Amino acid sequence: MHQSLETVRESLAQSHTQSKTMAKSPETEHPNKVFGWAARDKSGVLSPFNFSRRDNGENDVTVKILFCGVCHTDLHTIKNDWGYSYYPVVPGHEIVGIATKVGKNVTKFKEGDRVGVGVITGSCQSCESCDQDLENYCPQMAFTYNAIGADGTKNYGGYSDNIVVDQRFVLRFPENLPSDSGAPLLCAGITVYSPMKYYGMTEAGKHLGVAGLGGLGHVAVKIAKAFGLKVTVISSSPKKEEEAITQLGADSFLVTTDPQKMKAAIGTMDYIIDTVSAVHALYPLLGLLKVNGKLIALGLPEKPLELPMFPLVLGRKMVGGSDIGGMKETQEMLDFCAKHNITADIELIKMDEINSAMERLAKSDVKYRFVIDVANSLSPP
Amino acid sequence: MGKVLEKEAFGLAAKDESGVLSPFSFSRRETGEKDVRFKVLFCGICHSDLHMVKNEWGSSIYPVVPGHEIVGVVTEVGAKVTKFKTGDNVGVGCLVGSCGSCDNCTEGMENYCPKLIQTYGFKYYDDTITCGGYSDHMVCDEGFVIRIPDNLPMDAAAPLLCAGITVYSPMKYHGLDKPGMHIGVVGLGGLGHVGVKFAKAMGCKVTVISTSEGKRDEAINRLGADTFLVSRDPKQVKDAMGTMDGIIDTVSATHPLLPLLGLLKHKGKLVMVGAPVKPLELPVLPLIFERKMVVGSLIGGIKETQEMMDMAAKHNITADIELISADYVNTAMERLEKADVRYRFVIDVANTLKPSPIL
Repeated sequence: MHQSLETVRESLAQSHTQSKTMAKSPETEHPNKVFGWAARDKSGVLSPFNFSRRDNGENDVTVKILFCGVCHTDLHTIKNDWGYSYYPVVPGHEIVGIATKVGKNVTKFKEGDRVGVGVITGSCQSCESCDQDLENYCPQMAFTYNAIGADGTKNYGGYSDNIVVDQRFVLRFPENLPSDSGAPLLCAGITVYSPMKYYGMTEAGKHLGVAGLGGLGHVAVKIAKAFGLKVTVISSSPKKEEEAITQLGADSFLVTTDPQKMKAAIGTMDYIIDTVSAVHALYPLLGLLKVNGKLIALGLPEKPLELPMFPLVLGRKMVGGSDIGGMKETQEMLDFCAKHNITADIELIKMDEINSAMERLAKSDVKYRFVIDVANSLSPP
Repeated sequence: MGKVLEKEAFGLAAKDESGVLSPFSFSRRETGEKDVRFKVLFCGICHSDLHMVKNEWGSSIYPVVPGHEIVGVVTEVGAKVTKFKTGDNVGVGCLVGSCGSCDNCTEGMENYCPKLIQTYGFKYYDDTITCGGYSDHMVCDEGFVIRIPDNLPMDAAAPLLCAGITVYSPMKYHGLDKPGMHIGVVGLGGLGHVGVKFAKAMGCKVTVISTSEGKRDEAINRLGADTFLVSRDPKQVKDAMGTMDGIIDTVSATHPLLPLLGLLKHKGKLVMVGAPVKPLELPVLPLIFERKMVVGSLIGGIKETQEMMDMAAKHNITADIELISADYVNTAMERLEKADVRYRFVIDVANTLKPSPIL
């Protein structure tokens, strides 16, 4: 297990033990009652769950949740695929809602503002990474759910009626971005936007390959087109071709199981964004890159991938990674998407449809993100 | 078409996959108008030579005359040659031809040209197969000839033509050449030992990363590395986690990347210059959670090779060599296979390579 996940797991285990010995339940841990849906074990089945959240502190914003996107990470976490889940888990880190309370030190938001909360809700706020607005790389970065917050208790995510977040980790939702189809940008959007900027993949006219056409992939196509790139979707499913081109605006589509087409595309791409989270072969993707080409891995496979050395060495190619983005950059991404009218393609669901949505997500049967209509469908029994 | 004019040459060639080298007579083209002809004084033995004579990469065309760390003295230049004259000390590395017009060539990166021609084992424009520096003389287009600065000893400078540029190029390209940076060097062989020297000359702090304790003393006392780390010792690895800006990985055997990635700081780069034949396991999480990168690199362009050689002259960087006679070459190859050399064999060609006797 990667050391940062190991650290999260250890702190979760510690907090779990502490709350047991102090006879604190999720319902009694904090002063304010909250209702949501949680997974209790690695079957991953979600069901109604009563818990509690802290009072709104002087730096906090309380958000009444309107919508929450269903990220593939939610599925991995409720099933404990990565081995660091501590049940019960309330997932959800693509949250859009209305600020209902703001603490006295909060300057950026006021009651009634439409806001977003993404993948992280805490960091040390004093290390080199935090100083550079890279809270996502802070060694004490806290995930929105299934992690320990600053007060030493477990964080619960957006499949719930409200959330209390330090203002540094709250985002202003631009006026023309719809709340429902804008929600997935808070994870999927920043996850593809950040490496495009960092690795210099925004030069108009350059050729980007997007491997995998799911939540991340479809947003990557839209953002890349807005940067003026030529985009080829690389996929193992031929049936996705038509909408990749007509609906998402990709310039071309490459089926990985067609050896002739793959051969013809060798050495044609400046960069590849690889969103595939299943274990998959890197060799054919590396072959598609030009000399000096960059492959950025964003999907989180359970096992290491095989990296052939010859393509890297002979073509000075690079394999890198990226993890969401910092808060400043996430706001920049939202504003960019608002300017270019970029939203996710979503399927709106009710809270009680979440388990069948998860089953469909496991089979990649969604175009391209489920979003839970929390405000209209989450109600205590 | 008239008969192509040729001059007689002799050298050592491997005739089959046993890789055993033996005397070999062949011919080289006449000196063309852009060619430089030189008498070979010394030729370094690169690990690639061993891979090629044994056909380990599956691309060898026998007979193979290896050698791409070649130094000597110019004996003749063609009418259009401007940069060299008879008597100059020169060298030739891994490349003797490229298309000259693609993006890579125009940017001085002939090493990435899709039509590059390597010094041995590749088809040249005259349809012959190129023969390398385990031979009495070379003829080469002036665009691929390097000047050897006067203050560099020729024998110890020869390995820089491959080993030197192979570590120098990625350090410059990836910005791992700034004073105060912390660079790890994995593997202490031909590439590794030269990597330590260049990194020190660039003002970097250097840690040698090795699988065995045995090389600690020479890494620090002989080569000037600042620290030494045994990669199989979990405690040593843990203590050094997240401390290196870059790592130059010269190891060509299969080996784990996870501990190396752990040694890098955030945004750190793992530069692969050894080329293991089988794919390595790539743990993706360190790349994602710490924005680290794995990059490859292959020698360097010609202009860059000259720049490297001039830097070596300025800082008195040479390889640590074991000078051998031509008839020792097969034993040297056996020892090289066991990494039993500190750190490069160099063949004393001019003094010991003789044509086979006429029977």
